[in-house]
Amino acid sequence: MSGLLEELTAKALKKNVPLCVQMDLTYRCNERCVHCYLDHDDHGEMTTAEIKRVIDEMADAGVFVLTFSGGEILLRKDFFEILEYARLERQFCVKLKTNAIMIREHEAARLREIGVESIQISIYSHRPEVHDAITLVPGSLKRSIDAARFLKSQGLRVIFANVLMIQNLQDYKGVRALAEELGIECTLDPTVTPMMDGNRSVLNLGVDHKSLREVFRDENLVGNVDEFCAIADPADEDSLAALPCSASHTACYISPYGDVFPCVQFPLPTGNVRTQKFLDIWRHSDRMNEVRSIRLKDLTTCTSCSHVGSCTRCPGLAFMEGNMRGPSSQDCDKSFARTGVPSANMLAKSRAAANLVQIRILPPSVTAPVAGALA
Amino acid sequence: MTKLYVARNPRVAARSLDGEMMIMSGRDSTLFTLNKTATILWQSADGSTTLDEIVKLRICTEFEVEPAEAMQDAENLARELAGHGILQISEAPIPQGKAVAGETR
Repeated sequence: MSGLLEELTAKALKKNVPLCVQMDLTYRCNERCVHCYLDHDDHGEMTTAEIKRVIDEMADAGVFVLTFSGGEILLRKDFFEILEYARLERQFCVKLKTNAIMIREHEAARLREIGVESIQISIYSHRPEVHDAITLVPGSLKRSIDAARFLKSQGLRVIFANVLMIQNLQDYKGVRALAEELGIECTLDPTVTPMMDGNRSVLNLGVDHKSLREVFRDENLVGNVDEFCAIADPADEDSLAALPCSASHTACYISPYGDVFPCVQFPLPTGNVRTQKFLDIWRHSDRMNEVRSIRLKDLTTCTSCSHVGSCTRCPGLAFMEGNMRGPSSQDCDKSFARTGVPSANMLAKSRAAANLVQIRILPPSVTAPVAGALA
Repeated sequence: MTKLYVARNPRVAARSLDGEMMIMSGRDSTLFTLNKTATILWQSADGSTTLDEIVKLRICTEFEVEPAEAMQDAENLARELAGHGILQISEAPIPQGKAVAGETR
């Protein structure tokens, strides 16, 4: 984070201003990514008028960075009307997340005309047979890459977002090379998010410790490997007083149905902008305030973990595991893959597992009647 | 003295945070914050009010400052902000909603 942005974030935190909001305009999508956590049916999206009203309320509340995501945002027929309103009428800094397969020259030129801070495009591989097998849409890689070229030719900032899974584990270097060739930034994320209905089966698509360990030792990716993989110093009082992340502190998320959550990855309903004012939810929701009250020192298990000072623990993933103050196993996996040191949560789980599978040999006098009873 | 008109560039992103403006340039996403004087100038830059009127009616009434000195500072500030693509300056009124031409990353 730049110094100025850090300063503004600190000021927003002090004044309880929601500096950044992600708003999903739709959950409908024209791709069917195998790892996607969304239900793509339309259960009653907000109308154009409702969204514009929420945009007004967010502007009045001080929101500066507004990310439009989905689903596929361009499936909304009013997408450009909404974007134009947010940018030109209410002066938001707008970021977009899209698969970009509906962006051709015309749309790229319009985005340039309206002005957006960045366009993040999901790219899973540089090879069509891998990318298209993840999106389940033949030809999707070509369309996304064509779109990236159109956007770049308009002088727009494009970012490839690469989710790392078993299917595309070998391809992240290829995606990065492609990004570099196109003059595009690239992010890599090994986090697969559980489905919104709580189904965790998609987590099986995530990469294992051994593979992740190799990725974390790629110096082209992480820079100084020793530094990146080092175990953090023990947490002191100051670091334990730190905030777990920006969710509910300077950021939150709004679904296409108007539900407000602390973050897109933190499905704790805190209110709905169809029936409540955005700022009232932000300031007065008991749940939002509960999330807001949590400090690292309040975490169960994690406080005593050797990784607490450097862990990427996501409170939303922890919530989806059953306890917003608990550990997020996926982040424990990352800390372990990075350092080789198991987290406190992993050690506790292995102790519990040992208790569960322990087999005690009982003396024959005890076992015989049981065997007899079964006979 | 030539009258100068100033207008906010509609291509920037802008929001007030605790009385001071955060501005992100539409040209290269550079982030700026404006102090209280610059914030008043920005908020008053409607394209139809001249810079000397802004200084006289908004800045000198807010801060204890000599009009001539304030005018010089305001003009320097306006030109600096224009250099960053945040404000537009013209010797004629500027219709609002017109983006600065040729802005690109």
